[in-house]
This record gives sequence, structure tokens and C-alpha cells, in this order.
Amino acid sequence: MLAEFGYGVLLVSFVVTVYSGIAAFYGVRSKSSALVESARRAQLLTFPLITISSITLIYLLVNNHFEVSFVYEVTSRSMPTYLKVTAWWGGQAGSLVFWSWLLAVFTSAVTLRKWDRDAEFLPWVIVISSITLTFFLGMIVVFENPFTRFWLSNGEVVPSMFRPSANATIFTPNDGQGLNPLLRHPGMIIHPPMLYLGFVAYVIPYAFAMAALITGRTDDRWTRITRRWSLWAWLFLSLGLVLGGRWAYDVLGWGGYWGWDPVEIAAFMPWLTGTALLHSVMIQEKRGMLKHWNMILVILTYSLVIFGTFLTRSGVLSSVHSFANSPIGPFFMGFVTLTLVSSVALLIWRWPELKGETEMKSMLSREALFLLNNLLFMSILVVCFWGVIYPLISELATGQKVTVGPPYYERATGPLFAGLLFLMAIAPLSAWGHSTVQTLGRAIWKSALAALVVTGVLFATYTQNIYAVVGFFLVALVLFATAHEFWRGARARQKAQGENIFAALGRLMGRNRRRYGGYIIHISMALMAIGILGIEIFQTETQGTVASGEKIAIGDYVVEYRELASWDSPGEGVNYTRAVVDIYENGIYLGQLYPRIDFYYDSQQNMTIPGQRSTFRDDLYILLVDWQPVSSIGATFKIYVNPLVNWMWIGSITFLFGLIYAAWPDRDPADAPARRKVTAGNRQTSAAD
Amino acid sequence: MQRTKFILGGLLILAAVVYLIASSTQASAEYFMTVDEVKAEGAAVVGQSLRLSGAVVGDTVQYDPQTLTLTFEIAHVTGDNNEIEAQGGLALVLFEAVNDPSRERITVIYVGPKPDLLRSEAQAIVTGKLGEDGIFYAEELLLKCPTRYEEAVPEQASEN
Repeated sequence: MLAEFGYGVLLVSFVVTVYSGIAAFYGVRSKSSALVESARRAQLLTFPLITISSITLIYLLVNNHFEVSFVYEVTSRSMPTYLKVTAWWGGQAGSLVFWSWLLAVFTSAVTLRKWDRDAEFLPWVIVISSITLTFFLGMIVVFENPFTRFWLSNGEVVPSMFRPSANATIFTPNDGQGLNPLLRHPGMIIHPPMLYLGFVAYVIPYAFAMAALITGRTDDRWTRITRRWSLWAWLFLSLGLVLGGRWAYDVLGWGGYWGWDPVEIAAFMPWLTGTALLHSVMIQEKRGMLKHWNMILVILTYSLVIFGTFLTRSGVLSSVHSFANSPIGPFFMGFVTLTLVSSVALLIWRWPELKGETEMKSMLSREALFLLNNLLFMSILVVCFWGVIYPLISELATGQKVTVGPPYYERATGPLFAGLLFLMAIAPLSAWGHSTVQTLGRAIWKSALAALVVTGVLFATYTQNIYAVVGFFLVALVLFATAHEFWRGARARQKAQGENIFAALGRLMGRNRRRYGGYIIHISMALMAIGILGIEIFQTETQGTVASGEKIAIGDYVVEYRELASWDSPGEGVNYTRAVVDIYENGIYLGQLYPRIDFYYDSQQNMTIPGQRSTFRDDLYILLVDWQPVSSIGATFKIYVNPLVNWMWIGSITFLFGLIYAAWPDRDPADAPARRKVTAGNRQTSAAD
Repeated sequence: MQRTKFILGGLLILAAVVYLIASSTQASAEYFMTVDEVKAEGAAVVGQSLRLSGAVVGDTVQYDPQTLTLTFEIAHVTGDNNEIEAQGGLALVLFEAVNDPSRERITVIYVGPKPDLLRSEAQAIVTGKLGEDGIFYAEELLLKCPTRYEEAVPEQASEN
């Protein structure tokens, strides 16, 4: 009954979405505002509809309705209720519903905004988002129906939405298969929705960009309206990536957080274009340049979002993430190709109207450095894309499938990331329009000197590794140059307004949220770079089997094995085996760690939970590998020391703070006066923008 | 004049990126092979970086926690995704590979903690080199467990 209801509501929302797209299209063609209004209301209706369908699905999940095949696949009786709720996005069919629901939330929110000044965009935004939603709902309704049930028909169990034969009866399995235990981790519960939030939110800037192309209103109105959208989308996407890394670090037990897995890269690619877009829209708003480029970026981001959803949800690439193989693959590829081709066609059609208002004059001007930043992001994108598709290319070209592993990505992206760090240090110091080596040099020499001193100290006391030294120099340069920018701005304001330095800094930042939020994000990137350099270059590991009371040494640490206990937790269906080890550093007792292995009976699978001790200097990361309950040999441990990795997470939190600071609504950015055309006599400098 | 400078700069960056990609690809290329192909090539691929995929044969898994040495055999499965689909999906293909004694098998040695996902009929993707002794020495071990085996449709017996 409920399953039919849920499916029925999905069908209705599909029809409503199709109607809304068509009504908006004909409304704008026939200049009928009533029809457009009807489309807008239909669009609004999708939100409650998909919500009802989702609540039905969640109800089925929570109440063990294992006759529904999706419920059977992703839940089991022993799972706690909150995990059953989150199983909504734990499997393919459910996650597509989740995707559609988010899209309905966002498009409804958009259609509720005040449209008086941009009425011509409205129907086209509805058309674009309806097409996207139609595609996803269509995939669900036709191929990936989460409400499919099991039927006992002629002695066989068949999954089907409706009664497959006249005498078929509903078949209810006793228990479900349950969520893979590796996925039962807080990081894994929030990671997919964060990524999806980021993915879906990028549909909105794309819809506005396309509306701008179609209507021919090619000024920077669309970037101004969608600025916050892009920021929040970027925030969620970044958060999703970081949480995924944290999950891998805590759960996968290989002492790392990022493995250049194709699916990770699939989520990383829209992040790259999204980051480039965040930077280059500023050029359009300040200087009226790069209009074509911004269109290309927003189209790419949207296509990569769809492509990424498809990669995470299909088995085309060999990856730890891809579990499902499903018929929707070709449709996704078709949809990506179709949107890409038609968007590019639109862009070419409007190409002449998007001509820049000014020419780029100086190689060191702010806009030129922003362009360089964009080139570097695009280069990293190309590196990633090439790595992902290389097996397919090589197979087509030579018949031999050749793949590239993490060393490829590390080697190829390393110099590009270094370049980005360098730009992060110098670009904020350059002026719009025109900068020279002299002006830049004057602005940066103090920071460069300080960074050199720090690097010298590190060279003498910490490391002589050339990559590390270069990396640390760049990090120090970014930190000093950015801090100097805060100082310079605050000082200037202090002098001009006669405020004390802290009040001056506070007001300065409050008046320029995007700018100073951006600088905080730059600082966070430098902090994250410290963590990445630490774990990539200085990670050490050891392993050993020891009896109780014996020790394993690694670096300055000594790990002493005390005891081990193993017990069943019948309610959860898990067996826990937990080791107790004492930790010493240079002979000083630091405390105990408890690496453990959880064995899940329903899926017959282990989960290795490391014992971790985190400091600013390094992480001690101990894995329990194996144990002999009744012998003197004892237990086997694998131990990593991950220097500086904590800065990764400190950087992530700083990042979050900076982004929320930049994106926090103060006043509607759409109400801000539109940029006046920049004329030769009205050149803005970095201090005045 | 300015324009030429920009174009030159752009070309330089482009060239650098192309060089980075090409050289990195060359330096870290791993040849995808199936167990059958490795057996057929034999000595020709000894010492080359290979990426090999196959079905883990559960009975052959041995683990020595003293040395963290993991030894197991993998059975041949086709490398072609479409063929896997045509044969009834990955889970079924893996199941048949393990239970077919006439399939080619290769012994894999991997040193490290025993991965949680290692079990019979898992798909192992191992990266490493083939030794003179015909044993595959893996540096990296990736496992994929199709969640859907035959159980995608639950067995009837579980009803009561």
C-alpha cells in the first residue's frame, strides 16, 4: 500500500515537473505571464510532493519493510534508527530520490525570491531546472525505483513494482542485508549529503547562466544573483570532500585520507572548476572581462556535477566506491553530452555579445594573475580528467588497457598546486589594471624575507628534503603575505578613521566580507598544505608482533602492548576485539590507546578502528592487525607516524569559518549598485575595491 | 605587443602542463591485465608494473601475522565490463571464477595488514610486479565486494 503510494507520488511529481518546464517554455514564447506563473507554482509543488515520497521511503526504511527491495538492500533489523534514516542516501535508488529532493528544495527556494528586476530570467530558470529534475525523476521512475517490492510468483522471488502475475503474493524476507559496516561512521553519514548539497546547488548558477544566454541579458546580473549560491555550493562540496577524507583516515585503516581513486576525482573535478569560477566571476564584476570564460566554467561545473553523480553511482570505473552496476549509465552519459552540446551551442550563439569591456594590459595585474590562477585550476582538471579516462584512451589506441596510479597524480599536480600557493601569496597584493615587478616587489619583500627566515630555520632543524623545503617556503609566504594584508588594511583604516587597531580590523573585515573571508580561506589552504606535505613526505610506518609487555619503537615513540579483550555485543550484531597499549615518547608515559577490530556478523566483515593520538606535531596511528588469543605471541600491530597531518583538519575548520564569513548574508547582494562600466579614468586599485 | 606576450605566456604554460602530464603518465603507467594474459605472456612481463584483477579464492588465503605476509590465489575473470554484464553481473562472474577449477589462477603475495574486505569471491585489483617465480608481488591491494551476489533476490527459505 505504502509502496504504491510513494511510487504514485513520485509519478505525480514527475508529471508536474514536466508540466512546469513545458508551461514555462510556452509561457515565455507566447508572452503569457499567467502560464509562467502556473509553471512557477508547479515548480513549487515539486518540493512537497518529493518530500511526501521521501517520507514514505523513510517510513518503510525505519519500520523494516523488507518486502521493499531497497529497504532489504540497505537496512537490517540490528541497525539503529538513525542509520536506517540515513540509509535513504545509502543506496543507489534512494540517493537519486535524495538528489531530486534537494533539487526541488533549491529550485523552490529560487522561485520564491523577488523577481521584479529579473522577470525575464524566471521562465528560463524554471525550464533549465525542470529539465534537470525531469531527468533525475525519470531515471527513478523508470529504472531505479526505490519502491520496488519482492513478489512470490510461481515459486520464484521476483522484484517488481506491481503484481507480476495474477497469483503472485508479496514476499517479505526476515531481515535485510544491512548497510556495509564501513559506511556506518558519522563521517560517512554526513559525507554523501554534503557532496550532494554541493552538487545540486551548482544547478542554480548554471540555470541562471543559461537564462542569461537565452534572454541575451549578458551583463553580470547572473553572476551577482548566483554569487551566494556558488559560495554555498562550494562550501558543501568542499565539506563533503574533507569529510570523505576524514572518514577514510578514521575507518579505512591505511593511514591516509586521499587515494586518487576515480570516484574521489569525480567529486574533485567540479570542485576545481567551481573554485576557478569563484575567482573569475570577480574579474567579470570588477572589470567586465572573462565573460565567455565564466560561461564555460559554469557549464563545465554543471556537466561535471552530473558526470560525478553518475560516476559515484555506476560501475564504469574500478574503484573502491563503486558497488552498483546499473542500466542508467548510458542515459547519464547521454544527458551530460546533450546538456554540454546545447549549452556550448547557446554560448557560441551569444559569443559576440559577451565581449569583454576592457583589455588585459599588464601581465602582473590582478586580472592577469586571476587568469593564471584559472589556468592552473584548469590544468589540474585536465590532469585529473586525463588520469581517469586514460585506461579508456589507451585501450582504444593500442588495445592494451593502461592505468595510472596515485604517483601520476602526485607528480603531475604537485607543481601546479605549488603554483597556486605562490599565486595565493602575490595575487592579493597586485592592483587591478596595472602592476609591475617593482610595485609587487615592494608589497611582498617583507613577507618573502620572513618566509625565508622560517624556511631557513626549518632547513636547519627539521628537514632537508627539497620538496618539503619549497613547500614550506610557499606556505610561509602565503601566511605572511596574507597576514600582512590584514595588517596593512587595518593600519590604513586606523590612520584614516582614528579607530583603534582592533576596531579598525573588525570594521574593515565586516565591510569586505568576501575579500577577507577569501583571505581566511587562503590561510586555511596554506594550513592544509602543511598537513599534506607532512603526511606525503614524512610518513613513517612499522609493524610487529609482540607479546604482552613487549614494545615496538617508531621514531620517538614506544608502544607497549598490555592486553586484549574480545566480546560480543548481541544487540548490535558485532564482536569487538580491543587491544590496550601504553604510549611513551622519549621515555615519558603519555597514556593509552585502544586500537580495535569490529566484526559484523550480518555482513561477515571486519572494520579496523585505529587508536589515534593527535598533536600539532604528528599523529600516532596504531592499527590492530591480528591476535592470537591463547598464545604467548600476542598481537600484531601496524603503526604509522603521520607528521603534521592535524593541520589538515585545523585548516579544514579554518576554511569553514572563512567561507561562512564570506557567504554570511549581510544585505542582499542583488541590491548592491551594479558595477559601473569601467572607464580609463575610473580605475580601481586593490586598496579601494 | 601585450597580446603577443599573453599568448606566449599561455603557450608556455600549456607546454609545461602537457610535459607534466606526458612524463607523469609514462612514469607511472600500469598495464591492466587479466590472469589469462599474464599466464600467456609469462616471462615477457616480469618486472613490469602491472595491474591485475581477479576473483579471490577463499580457500587459498593464508596470513602470517608475524611477518604480515598475505598469500592468496586469484582466479581469472574477464577484464571487459560489458562481458561481465552479459554473463550476469560481477557477483555471478566472480562466483563462477572461484568455483571453476579449470580457470587459470595466480598466486599473489602482499605484505601488510590483512584488508577487511578480503574474502572469497571478492574482486581483487592488485598492483605490483610479476616475479621470476611466477608469483605476483603486490604493492597495492584493492578489493571490491559486489554487495549484490545472488542475494539481490532473497532466498525463499528465509521466509519462515
